[in-house]
Amino acid sequence: MLMRAATAGDEAAYRTFLKAVTPAIRSLARRNLARYGLSAGDAEDVVQDTLLAIHLKRQTWDSDRPIGPWISAITRNKFIDQMRRRGHRIQVPIEDLAEVLAAEEPPAGLDGHDISRMLESLNEKQRNVVRALAVEGASVRQTAERLNMTEGAIRVTLHRAVKTLSAIYRESDK
Amino acid sequence: MRTDDLIEALVQDRAAVAGKPRAALSVAVTSGALIAAILFLTVLGYRPDIATAAETYRFLFKFVFTLTLAATMIWLIFTIVRPEAVPGLRLLALAAAPVLIILAVVAELSVMPSSTWMPRLIGKNWWFCLTVIPSLAIVPLAALLTALRRAAPADPGLAGALAGLASGAIAATLYASHCTDDSPLFVITWYSIAIGLVTIVGYFAGRRWLAW
Repeated sequence: MLMRAATAGDEAAYRTFLKAVTPAIRSLARRNLARYGLSAGDAEDVVQDTLLAIHLKRQTWDSDRPIGPWISAITRNKFIDQMRRRGHRIQVPIEDLAEVLAAEEPPAGLDGHDISRMLESLNEKQRNVVRALAVEGASVRQTAERLNMTEGAIRVTLHRAVKTLSAIYRESDK
Repeated sequence: MRTDDLIEALVQDRAAVAGKPRAALSVAVTSGALIAAILFLTVLGYRPDIATAAETYRFLFKFVFTLTLAATMIWLIFTIVRPEAVPGLRLLALAAAPVLIILAVVAELSVMPSSTWMPRLIGKNWWFCLTVIPSLAIVPLAALLTALRRAAPADPGLAGALAGLASGAIAATLYASHCTDDSPLFVITWYSIAIGLVTIVGYFAGRRWLAW
């Protein structure tokens, strides 16, 4: 399983894994939004919030268990958070990810709803690091040289940025 | 931020994966209980007549009650660390300790004359009980909540409340060896209030710190 290789530190496997589960998460999110008569445009917030949680909580996946229910549970949880943020009281049935794996393709260049604001809410250092590594696709070493930081500092900054992004979703809950 | 960019950021973030939540919980339970025990023994200590007390059912029953509560709550906490875990019927375990204490109260009421009920319920140390149990619970509660931050409980409030119940029960076990009020009437009243206070603190702490 890719997630197993990924937790062992295989970068390419982790990328493949995240890209492979994203369409299924998106389609679960859309389906739930549609059930409440909401536009599928909001799905990307749920998708990104879910990916952040999968990343930050990957130690809670028990490698002896199937990963599908674990991912669906996180998606469902993040969808509920999202709805609460909008003041809905809801019940969401538990669905298996496997049922929705046949997901439609996302429109190109899909942005999260609040996501343009999200990068802005990082501090300048974090934003520069995320932009260089993720948006521009620079390597850690290139980024380190460009921003005049050590590679270790780049990694620490990136990790803090990821945690901040996840916290932004949580704080807007209130 | 595009989702693909976010994925790239996550892939690049190779910060060490946090330890397994269950391992962290085991450490938290052991160290929390140990520190509380050391604190208890240095500040209060068990009652001087513990050897004779240990021959009475009432004294021993206090431990049956608090240890049952501690064991069931710790077990429940271990089952809810995964986001997909639904406690469901396992929540019935919540009832084990209350059922025991209610049976003990029924037994107490049937053997003791009604004129002794109120003095036994009020006891001598109720105020002490209400302060000592929550104070002793602070360290185990903090340890459990810290460990649970690694977990992903579907209901953070419930996880916090269970941590409160478990720590309250650990604290009550220690306190029970000091307290000379052994009647189940005393235990059901004051121990419950004291553990309840810790549970309420745990619930709000869970909502605040265990949300993810």
